[in-house]
Amino acid sequence: MDFNQLIVILATAIATATPLVFASIGETITERAGVINLSAEGTILLSAMTGFAAAYATNNVLAGFLAAAIVGALIALIVAVGAITLKQSQIAIGFVLAMLCGDLSSFLGNPIVLVPGPTVPSLRIPILQDIPVLGPLLFQSDALVYASYLLMALTWVYFYRTRNGLLLRSIGEQPAAAFARGSNVVRMRYFYALLGGALMGIAGAAFSLDFKAGWSHRHTAGYGWIALAIVIFGGWNPLRAALGSYLFGILQSLASVAQSSIQNVPTQVFSVAPFVLMILVLVLTSGEWLDRLLAYLPAAWRRPITRAIHAPPPAALGKAFEQD
Amino acid sequence: MNENSKTTRPPGASALSLRVSRAAYYQLGALLISLLFMALIVIFSGESPLRVVSSLWDGAFGTADQFARVLATLTPLLLCASGLIYTFTAGLYNLGVEGQIVVGAVATTWVLRALQNQVPAPLVIALGIIAGMAGGMLWGLLAGALNVYGKISEIFAGLGLNFVAQGLAIYLIFGPWKRPGVASMSGTEPFDESLWLGRIGQTEASPVALVIALVVLIITIVVMRNTYYGLRLKAVGQNPRAAFILGIPSTRLLLSSFAICGAFAGIAGALQVVALFHRLIPSISSSLGFLALLVVMLISFNALWILPMAFFFSGLNVGSLQLPMALRLESSLAGVIQGTLVLFALLARGLSERAGKIKRSQ
Repeated sequence: MDFNQLIVILATAIATATPLVFASIGETITERAGVINLSAEGTILLSAMTGFAAAYATNNVLAGFLAAAIVGALIALIVAVGAITLKQSQIAIGFVLAMLCGDLSSFLGNPIVLVPGPTVPSLRIPILQDIPVLGPLLFQSDALVYASYLLMALTWVYFYRTRNGLLLRSIGEQPAAAFARGSNVVRMRYFYALLGGALMGIAGAAFSLDFKAGWSHRHTAGYGWIALAIVIFGGWNPLRAALGSYLFGILQSLASVAQSSIQNVPTQVFSVAPFVLMILVLVLTSGEWLDRLLAYLPAAWRRPITRAIHAPPPAALGKAFEQD
Repeated sequence: MNENSKTTRPPGASALSLRVSRAAYYQLGALLISLLFMALIVIFSGESPLRVVSSLWDGAFGTADQFARVLATLTPLLLCASGLIYTFTAGLYNLGVEGQIVVGAVATTWVLRALQNQVPAPLVIALGIIAGMAGGMLWGLLAGALNVYGKISEIFAGLGLNFVAQGLAIYLIFGPWKRPGVASMSGTEPFDESLWLGRIGQTEASPVALVIALVVLIITIVVMRNTYYGLRLKAVGQNPRAAFILGIPSTRLLLSSFAICGAFAGIAGALQVVALFHRLIPSISSSLGFLALLVVMLISFNALWILPMAFFFSGLNVGSLQLPMALRLESSLAGVIQGTLVLFALLARGLSERAGKIKRSQ
């Protein structure tokens, strides 16, 4: 494998991962606030379809992204009403929406199947794009990819360096304590559920207007579930979720290269990998035996290593909160 | 102000007992709103709702062949819905039911391939179905072990294992079990006709398969209503801590519900192979496990309603197949109808509980 080929593989990986970065960070924000939006698969399908339809009708890519974000937020609103206000199971509502919105995207998107439409134009950054290696990797993409880098940085700063981010994390861990300190838990959960839903909607449009431009039946099938797996793999940390997305991208682009040399194994088998990894990470971090193992380490090492690998879900994830 | 941790678990049947009349009004309202929503969607796509209804009816019950196909869809749906009654009663969302169907089908295909031409055909079929049951049960137990011992949410364990099962099936179809010549998405080499479970004429319906499913359904209803096991499972589902303190072995009960659900889903997978497709195909489960989840959510986990609701959902699935030809609409309308009904039913249940709570607190 020569050097240019490696750059091609990595560039493909970044392109593959970009929609997943939006989706997994969106879901991370929602789950950190204590709400599981299990509808990701349906949200991404339906917003990919509406995003493409809107961009096609107006011939404006931005209108497409706006429509997709609105659809994603609306679906999240149903999850929020059902889960937060009506206190029904978040899993049940999210699962039904995953099914319903997926079928809705096929049904309503039928007229625009395989129609050519607008796509996000590429945006090469002058001067920087000529840097060897880094140029072709990072500075010859399009506005959406740059936006995903910005999103990663902003989310991290918001989560870990602002007061609002601390409050966001607290309503997912100890909503009762946050409420006692004066936070409006219900309103904040609504806000972050809608924000996460809008980001997932943008992820949908990132597929249909950029990475896999166009629309066909079940166009983004599987990516919603993969995004949910990546959130867990990332231990509910936005940067690690992005890292998980890139790992998945590398795996996919390696698989398509390897296809020629191992003909007996179809590429679909490789898409199993994120789920196997997700289960392994869950096994590692959910059980108590990891703690027991870590106890054998010298005390000075124990804390940083525990912090690095121990990533439990937010304590109040998926639980309703009575605020009255 | 308190945290209500029970809401992540499906409410048990006893939540239904109070205020039946209010709940009934809300459910009726949900049905009307669902119909309105569906009508709007159909009108939006430029068709008349009435013509869609008549086309769906024709598609499902117009000919004997189509009705037989409804019965063929009903069989796995009944099996999976029956199995899910156990996990839901134990307070678990077994989203892994899809994978349990797939592994059942893989195990059946494996036995059929290994034993064909070596032992009499009826015995091969019987062993194949038993292998399917065992395969589904193992896959269910794996999700259960991850949940009970690994403390992993059964939702994500199940979803993950679904994809692993799907990957396994695709690997086998394209790898070791590929058709002579070229491997393709059309599946493995079809089995000899002697290994097909008997059908009604040339249709897709198999009476033996349907009888197996009905027997499983009746067993499920009896177990849930009349046995100590059913009662203890309900106790674990309603309040695992209280059940544990009362001396109910909750770990064993939770695992058993995973095993039973997996076994029933495995039988469904086995029947998909021996009674319907006669080979292993990548989409062997046809998403019927997920559909069964919707059925069981819609009927509030009450096993008595499985048969009518599963029949209705099967009719929708089959009836929608001719929509593209008859009205140039996409056949996914069936899923839209099913999903809409369940979504509004869930929201109405929440509204009704909320109204009850507000009235009580006044």
